[in-house]
Parts: sequence; C-alpha cells; structure tokens
Amino acid sequence: MKRNHFKAWLYLLPALLFLIFFMVYPLIDVLVYSVEEGYNFASQTYFGVGLYNFSYVLHDPYFLQALQNTFILVVITVPLSTLLALLISAGLSSIKPLRELFQTIYFLPYVTNTLAVGLVFMILFQKTEYTDGLINLIIEFFGGNSVDFINGPYWAKMFVLCVYTIWVVMPFKILVLTSALASVNEDYYKAARVDGTPKLRIFTKITLPMISPMIFYLVITGFIGAFKAYSDAVALFGTDLNAAGMNTIVGYVYDMLYGESGGYPSYASAAAILLFAIVLTVTCINLLVSRKKLSW
Amino acid sequence: MKIILQNLTKEFPARGKKTSGNVMAVDHFSCQIPDGELMGLLGPSGCGKSTTLNLLCGLEQPTEGKIFFGEEDVTTLSPELRGVGMVFQNYALYPHLTVRQNIRFPLENLKGKDRLSKEEMEKRVTETARLVQIQELMDRKPGELSGGQQQRVAIARALVKFPKLLLLDEPLSNLDARLRLQTREEIRKIQKKTGITTVFVTHDQDEAMSICDRIAVMKNGILMQQGKPQEVYDHPANLFVAKFLGTPPINVFSGTVSKERLLIGGQPVLSVPGVADQNVWVGIRPEGFLIRPDGPLECEMNRIEVMGRDISVISTHAACTEGTLRSIISAETAPKEDAKTVRFALKPEKVFLFHAETEAVIPVSGERKES
Repeated sequence: MKRNHFKAWLYLLPALLFLIFFMVYPLIDVLVYSVEEGYNFASQTYFGVGLYNFSYVLHDPYFLQALQNTFILVVITVPLSTLLALLISAGLSSIKPLRELFQTIYFLPYVTNTLAVGLVFMILFQKTEYTDGLINLIIEFFGGNSVDFINGPYWAKMFVLCVYTIWVVMPFKILVLTSALASVNEDYYKAARVDGTPKLRIFTKITLPMISPMIFYLVITGFIGAFKAYSDAVALFGTDLNAAGMNTIVGYVYDMLYGESGGYPSYASAAAILLFAIVLTVTCINLLVSRKKLSW
Repeated sequence: MKIILQNLTKEFPARGKKTSGNVMAVDHFSCQIPDGELMGLLGPSGCGKSTTLNLLCGLEQPTEGKIFFGEEDVTTLSPELRGVGMVFQNYALYPHLTVRQNIRFPLENLKGKDRLSKEEMEKRVTETARLVQIQELMDRKPGELSGGQQQRVAIARALVKFPKLLLLDEPLSNLDARLRLQTREEIRKIQKKTGITTVFVTHDQDEAMSICDRIAVMKNGILMQQGKPQEVYDHPANLFVAKFLGTPPINVFSGTVSKERLLIGGQPVLSVPGVADQNVWVGIRPEGFLIRPDGPLECEMNRIEVMGRDISVISTHAACTEGTLRSIISAETAPKEDAKTVRFALKPEKVFLFHAETEAVIPVSGERKES
C-alpha cells in the first residue's frame, strides 16, 4: 500500500511541481504582497501587515475608473455578443448554400491578431487632421455631427471598445453555437413540425433548451474573458489608458507593476485579488443559476 | 379515416456531382388503407418505407401523385394541417420536458377554434396517459424512463391530439426482444381501442404479420404486393415477397417445367398443369415438405434441429440456391439421425413457381399433384 502511494506521488510529481511553481506559489505570493504595507521593491522591506493596500486601491480614482469601465464592458458585451452569435449561428444553420463560406468569414476575426484588428478599428473610427475616419464620413453623409471616437467623449470611446470587444469574441461563440445547433437531433424538429409547432416556439422551446449547456458555457467563459480585458483597450487607445480614461482592472494591475507610475507590486496584488474575488463570485452565481436551469 | 395513396412518387437528387439523374425513393406507389385498420409497411432498409411515411405526414412533398385523407386531398398540405400523429424510431421525446409536458406539447400548438383551455388540456393529457398506462410517470423526465416507457410516452404524445392517422416508424427496433413482443401487442390493443387508422413501418416481417390487418411489401420504392398477411404469405406475387415473408425463409430451387411437369435436379417432383415449358425458380415453404420413403426429392441429410412439437431437417440439394434447405416436419415422421439421405414429397399448395427472369409468380391452372 505504502509503496503504491509512493509510486502514485512519483507519477504526479512533474505536474505537481509545475502547478506549485507556476500556480500555487504565485497565488500565495500575490496574497502575501497584497497585505504587506509599504513594501519597497528595491530594498525588499515593508512596515507591517494589514489591509491598507486594499483601502488604497479602492480609493484610487484610477482603479474606480477601471472598475467602472470593466463592469460596463462586461455587462454590455457578454449578453450582446452571445445573443448576436446565437442569431447568426441560427441563421447560418438554416441556410444551405454557401454555409461553409459564411462560416469561414465569420470565423476569420478569431485568427486575426488583436492589434491588427485594433489598427483597422482606428482607421474606421479615429479622427485625425487628414480625415475624420470612415464611420464619421458615414455619419456626416446622413447629416450627423462627427464624433472623435478615439480621443473624444467617454461614451464614444466606450462605444468603440464595446463594438471592438464584441467583434473579437463573437467568432468563437458562433463556432461553438453552430456546432451545438448541428448536434441537435433532426427528429426533434420533425416531431415538432408534425405537431404543428410554430417556428419561434420550436426555437424557444426546443432548440434553446437543447443547446443551453453550450450557451451557459459561453456566458461563463465570456464573463471571465471580459473581466480580464486589457489588450483590446490597448489596441484602440494605446498604453496610457489612465490618461484616456479607458483603463481596465487588468490594465490597472499592469500599470501598478510596470507602468509609468508603476513599481507598486502591493497595490497591483491587492487589485488582482479584488479582480479574482469578483470573477469568482460572478462565476459561482453563473454556475448556481445554470445548475437550477439545466436539470435534465 | 380512409387513406388513399395515388401514384405516389418521390425523387431525390442524386448525391455527389458526378452521378447524374435522380434517386427514386418511392416509385408510383398506389394503395388504400381502409378506415380504422392497422397497415404494415414492410421492406428491407432503403426500400422507401420511411420516405412514404414522411410523405404521409407532410414532412416531404411528393414529386408526383396524390394523397387523400378520406375525401380530402392533402397532397400539398403542410404537416400541422393534416392532423397526423407520429412516433419516431428514437421516440424524439424532448429531454428537457417532463412526461406531462411532452404529451401536452402538441396541444399547446393548437390555435383558433381548436384552442383548448388549461383544464381541457390537462384532461386530455390524463386520459391519453391512462390509455397507454403511464399515469404514475407523469412528472419524470424521459431520461429517467426505460425504453418501453419512453415508447408509451411517444405514443401518448402522438395520440393526444386525436390524429386522423397514426404513423409508427420502426417503433419497436429500439426495444429488447421480450419487450418487443409485449409492446407490439400493446400497440395492437391501443390501435383497436382508439380505432385510429395506423401505418406501421418495419423491416421485420414477423412484427408486421403478427399485428397488422394488412401489409404492403416494398422493394426499391416499388410496391411489390399488398393484402392481408395470410393472403400475401399464401399467394406471393413474386420471388421477392415469397423470400421476404416467413421464418424460416422459403427454400428456393432452380427447376424446369417440361410437359407440364416440374423437374428439380432432373427429377420430376410435381405436375403443374397449364405451365409452358421453361426454366423456373421454385419456392417451397419449409412446412411444404413431407418425409416419404418414395418421395421424389432426394436430399443429403445434414442434421436435425429439435424444435419441440416440430423438428427441422437441414439437408443439401444441388439445385437449391442457398445450398442447404430447411424443412419443418412433424416430430413423429422424423428420419433416423444417422440417415445419409432423406426423401421428401411436396405439398402442392406450398410450392410456388416464379419466372426465371421477371421473378413474377407463374400461375398453375388446375390441380397440382405429386407426379
């Protein structure tokens, strides 16, 4: 028995070591950093232990701005992108000719580099001395006033960020949902049609419940992904996100570590712990809701 | 309700670009199903039974031909306007709904003057559930039911809207052997009780023969023969039908007719008055053999299988297409276990002649006797 135990641990060792060094240790380290008050990176010293770092972060206007941005981003993009992806995949599943072509087109953003996509969005939305950007030209054509989406008012910047995020995350959702739709047995639809079920009722009463596990999966991963947003904002607004007022929580953590005002690993750790707590709470709520809904 | 199929034809475009032309799934199928009868649609897989069923319920539109429910031409009607109930091979019960919700589902789709109140729906659901005896399972999900129970729920869901026509697509193929016997009796009983005209698709001739009022045998989309099961068994229209019906299957020999006598392996075995000289296929039902020391058909003995009341003699004859032939005879006349050869006489009414090329049955006029 003992010997077997030893063997089991031996086999587990590589994975365990990997996890301990790259997962457990950093996690604990972050937790330790976050409670060390007045930590000095250069001299590796601190005054004491307490919750001051959290208090600082929670009173930092930049963090509050980042928190607000992140929440707006999450609340808008996760439901919208999932809903749009659902509509598009339902559409894709109901057409026969050229379906593969459309699937490829819809999937292209997924394999495109985030920064390259950001560049394209800049060209579409940014107002420079030479041009107002394509979107503004269209707005002006219809008689509206041009808006600077990249350096202009907060709502305009948030709008671009949301559009951008939705555009980036949708391909994967479409891919998952089209395969989920394709996996629903055709006989359910035949049975429903023989019973004279209207199309909308078939969709809401049969299709949606059938693919709901996949939808919940997408919502959960979508929430987590959106809370961890950073590169999207950088792609659009550059690295000085605080100045642009478009920082996210992850961006704030990065800035606290390496940014121009950086060098505060304790504050960064406290912010990271706060983010972790938020994501954990939201995911738990998601799981509880999904368990209640998906009981078959 | 009487169901009439007239020249029903369904062509599908051939798959793949290289093959041209269409696939005939159902080929000028005409047949009548009298009101309240249970009709078995029988044939090997890929013969067009399921397509015929889809045409009947409106999931597919025929390329040609018409369908009548009573006097009404329903050929172009969409499924919901036809009032058919259908039970699918895999039952297609909605897994996220309870049994009660599954059965109620078709009722909730009714609109206009057919619309039912909550209480009426509940009453109909309960009545139908009682009919198939699943009252105590109403709040379970399909995943928590056995195959046989799921089957009943599927039948209840098809019956709850009082369909004019009930369609069963291979309803027994997902059940184990014992349950299959029991369930087919159950289906027969429910069908008789409700009196709903029913079409039952199966590839199992045993199933169809045992519970159906009429059977229709299909091959490659073409209706080969229809009629009462016993009639079709006793008077097959062609070699295919003769081979398809009956367990153990019919024994087929190559033979010749010469001077109104049937010869198998050069030996005259039967007189067949009115048949012109030609090569023929000879079909002999297993129960058409009699052990007779002076019988005209001499076979090499292989073995004897004991079946209780009857025994089955497996023997070999050169002219038999399968090599071995199987005869079922009464146990009292059993040949000796170690006999090298066995001689059979034939019961004339169990012997059928088929044209060598068309495989259609050759009618024998007058008395067939042993020669």
